[in-house]
Amino acid sequence: MGLYHTEDQAMLKDSVAPFLAENGSIKQLRSLRDSNDATGFARDLWSQFAEMGLNGILIPEAEGGLGLGHVEAGIVLEEIGRNLTQSPFLSTAVAAVEALKSASADIRGQWFPKIAGGEAVIGLALEEGKKHNPAATALKAERSGNGFKLSGTKTFVVHGHVADLLLVSARTAGAAGEEAGITLFAVPRDAAGLTAEADRLVDSSLSARVTLDGVQVDADAVIGEVDAGWAPLTALLNAGRLGASAELVGVGTGAMDMTFDYIKQRKQFGKVIGEFQALQHRAAHLYGEMEGARSIVLKAQQMLDDGDPRGEMFVSAAKAKAAKSTNLAVREGVQMHGGMGMTDAYDIGLYMKRDRALNEVFGDLYFHADKLAKMNGY
Amino acid sequence: MTDLDTFRKEARSWLEANCPPEMRQPVKGDDDVCWGGRNWVFSSPAQKQWLDVMAAKGWTVPDWPEAYGGGGLSAEQTKALRQEMAKLNCRSPLNSFGIWMLGPALLKFGTEEQKLHYLPQIARGEIRWCQGYSEPGSGSDLVSLQTFGEDKGDHWVVNGQKIWTSYADKADWIFCLVRTNKEDKYQGISFLLFDMTTPGVTTKPILLISGASPFCETFFDNVAVPKHQIVGELNRGWDVAKYLLGHEREMISGMGGDGGMASLGSFYADVLNDNPVLRAEMAMFEVENLAFRAHSERFMDEWKTGRAHPAYSNLMKYVGTELNKKRHEIVMAAGGSDALEWESARTNGGTRPRAWLRTKANSIEGGTSEVMLNVVSKRILEMPGA
Repeated sequence: MGLYHTEDQAMLKDSVAPFLAENGSIKQLRSLRDSNDATGFARDLWSQFAEMGLNGILIPEAEGGLGLGHVEAGIVLEEIGRNLTQSPFLSTAVAAVEALKSASADIRGQWFPKIAGGEAVIGLALEEGKKHNPAATALKAERSGNGFKLSGTKTFVVHGHVADLLLVSARTAGAAGEEAGITLFAVPRDAAGLTAEADRLVDSSLSARVTLDGVQVDADAVIGEVDAGWAPLTALLNAGRLGASAELVGVGTGAMDMTFDYIKQRKQFGKVIGEFQALQHRAAHLYGEMEGARSIVLKAQQMLDDGDPRGEMFVSAAKAKAAKSTNLAVREGVQMHGGMGMTDAYDIGLYMKRDRALNEVFGDLYFHADKLAKMNGY
Repeated sequence: MTDLDTFRKEARSWLEANCPPEMRQPVKGDDDVCWGGRNWVFSSPAQKQWLDVMAAKGWTVPDWPEAYGGGGLSAEQTKALRQEMAKLNCRSPLNSFGIWMLGPALLKFGTEEQKLHYLPQIARGEIRWCQGYSEPGSGSDLVSLQTFGEDKGDHWVVNGQKIWTSYADKADWIFCLVRTNKEDKYQGISFLLFDMTTPGVTTKPILLISGASPFCETFFDNVAVPKHQIVGELNRGWDVAKYLLGHEREMISGMGGDGGMASLGSFYADVLNDNPVLRAEMAMFEVENLAFRAHSERFMDEWKTGRAHPAYSNLMKYVGTELNKKRHEIVMAAGGSDALEWESARTNGGTRPRAWLRTKANSIEGGTSEVMLNVVSKRILEMPGA
């Protein structure tokens, strides 16, 4: 297998790219923002995703999905990134699905068809502080009756206020900071004692702070094993981190292409500014950085799809590199647009905002570089 | 099992049976790298044996046609073979500018007679080649070169000077850019091949900041070159040179410096854990290194299947050489005062600082980083202007 898209994968890209450019464009983002929309994404588009089969992209064929892999999910996410589409696709169809593969047949049977059909949105309630740290889970789950009682708060739950189901990491044993002793629960958002308050973020997305005040769940709400939630959580995080990396590549490439178009047209000193070597070298360097990000993201996708044991390490390298390159793309983008880059009327600033939020999702550059160092023994 | 799996399995057992154990040890010094040629002194019988069996199999140049001494392998098979060699820690049987640079140019531009004559010599490591491109006044602006070949009917008489000729003092033959028309800058250069023992050729090694002399000044004083030793058409040598530079950049970027995907930081855990800012630098380097390895693999896969932009090797050359310089900066920092030792036996004669200084040439030789950025910007990004 070569490190490039197969024919089928290229065909998927050829169908998703024009579809999203038409139906999930920056115009839609602006309209959601300017109308102070309370959902955080366009429900119509979510249904169209389902009609195209995209929501079931990672769900096994036997369970009603397409049974495809991380390369294919990444193709969709890159286009989501390029168009700055607001969508629950990453959390619901990618990250949550990978965790739910470890859930009971009942839970899978209940939620996979709803996800594939575009009838369910799933929120990920994993964070408790302002920086990504899944092992720091302290939210308490105590045995109670036939199941557990959950108490505590979660932050940065994207679309949490409109989600139908929340995946909640909770501490059933051990101490905050330990990977062992965490259990992953599937909690309906309408469960008694659960409140979700949404706030608009810098990129116009809606993200909730979720409070669980003695929320009672049955034993079959446990995903995987009690105290051993780290395993499904790792599957969730690998998919989520890598998916966010693919989306970042889309954001960075979109910003870069827009910027290159701009400097090929903008004239100063009687010249198109793209003729100046000072900009040409920075443009070429940026292109190299984005190409590096694209390569490591594809490599990590193929590794996860192949079950390569180095997958987790490459996922961290991919998230770090995508974060670093895309951040350069949006900073150079705003700078090279000059004063126009500072205006709300131009789209380049929206790319900068989206990059900032996506960098934080599932761990930023520093988190993942540190993780890579630790995995290498220092 | 697919055909490729079968090939991989057969290649592996062949390598296990034929690669001498000594040739599966890490390379320790310059002598462990075999460059071949008339004057090559094998550092061990195993080095010779390894070259001989690989050459006989056609695997010194696995993807060249069998008729020219190659293995006739497809791109996928070649990749699989390299992967199997890497898994078994097999050393490269032969390093050669003939394989990396001249060979591909001959395959594209050479006559059938030239291919049959020169390529098998390269594949067997019999002739060591050097490259005569840069001149004292023609570095990045290579096309301004002045070395002149005067037409004498059945031969040219070449006069001039080359510089930065890698290993010219050890090479048997040179492929050389020579001006054959003073009126036309681009279409006035021819690509000539000649024996370094031809009367009038002299070389003088250049001492570098690393203390070594991998490069030479090369002088031509009335050197007679027969007309059949031209590659491509008269005055169209620039086409050959450009094609070959693409391969040179591919080679340099493909090597991407030292180390592969292995973690560099894991060797320096103690010093890194005591120096958190250096640890962070190392961690960032590791991110870049893995990204580059993937980038390199993707480029090679795309290049070999015709998917890559023709100018893409310029980008890889830029990224790869800058990364290698960064690697050696970090290694020097992690090595501290030990890494300053220039002559001591315990540092094997200052291997580390010498290697660090050597890497500074990476982003100059074969086209500077600045020229690479120019090319990427104009040819790939299609930025306006001359």
